[in-house]
Amino acid sequence: MINKKIFFKGYKSILAHDSPAIALGFCFIAIGALLKNLGFNIQESIFSTMLTYALPGSLVMAESLLVGASLLNIFLAVWFVNARLYPMAVSLFPLMMHKNQPKWKYYFSCHFIAVSAWLIMKSNYKSIPKELRIDYWIGIGSATWSVAVLGTFIGFYFSEFLNKEIMMGLAILNPIYFLCMMVGASKTIQITLSVLLGTILGPIFYFFSPEWSILLGGVVGGTTAYLIGEINVS
Amino acid sequence: MSVSVVYAILVTSLATFLSRFLGAVSSQGIKETSKIFKWFNCLAYATLAALIARTIIFPVGILNEAGYLVRLLVVISSLVVFFFSKKNYVYPTIFSAVCMAVLASYF
Repeated sequence: MINKKIFFKGYKSILAHDSPAIALGFCFIAIGALLKNLGFNIQESIFSTMLTYALPGSLVMAESLLVGASLLNIFLAVWFVNARLYPMAVSLFPLMMHKNQPKWKYYFSCHFIAVSAWLIMKSNYKSIPKELRIDYWIGIGSATWSVAVLGTFIGFYFSEFLNKEIMMGLAILNPIYFLCMMVGASKTIQITLSVLLGTILGPIFYFFSPEWSILLGGVVGGTTAYLIGEINVS
Repeated sequence: MSVSVVYAILVTSLATFLSRFLGAVSSQGIKETSKIFKWFNCLAYATLAALIARTIIFPVGILNEAGYLVRLLVVISSLVVFFFSKKNYVYPTIFSAVCMAVLASYF
């Protein structure tokens, strides 16, 4: 069903010297502390991380609850914020599709699509035979997901020891880690331009539409980078 | 668990899973060498970059309490550490947290 050797190879990828586990764990410690401060109990906090497993979405939900938003408002706000997961999935699954693998593995493992797991897979997929990549992906996803749940648990119970400065330090970890991974992944003209244009256009579009700025920055920046790259190649 | 929080969690997870699932379903039949795959790859990287930039420049939550200059200083110095550590991901990440905590306590 699942190739255990490849699964554990993926699972152990979080033990690498440049693993995202530390940054990811600290980020979810911050989320655990935040959820406790908002009045969530431990079951709700763990349940939230297990089912959502996306930092910006969890933050949006927490803040929406705080201002008394309706369930429809929460749904739409989270959907917009997490819409980035769609192009991430489309740009990852074709690398793992194989006719010998059952479809359920793909539908089940799409829950693991998140920035850290996605970037690890993008960096390592070439070293795994295509037929077994889905098992490797499930291993990576299970590992990062476990770290997220553990981080939430620790954050919930240690929140009283975290002052404002430490919380601010934990909050900057995630964007810095992702920024470094993106800079490290910028090896082609298309990816480099995508990262540069997304970084510039995202904040610019924020002045016109805060809700749509991420998607607009992604679509305009990504499409421009793609077209420039294609013209450059041809 | 209070009912409203449980519903909020369920709605959040549904909204999140929707994008993931639609991505997994619609990626079937797309070849990794195709132009549409390359385009979506660019979209994904650009969207992530936009998200990171927005998180740093227009943060929500506690990061909003740190000034622009402090955030900018942390980002630039972390990138310097990243390049000096031969593109290691862990050192600049830990450095950024310590740097932010120290600067936040002084400014």
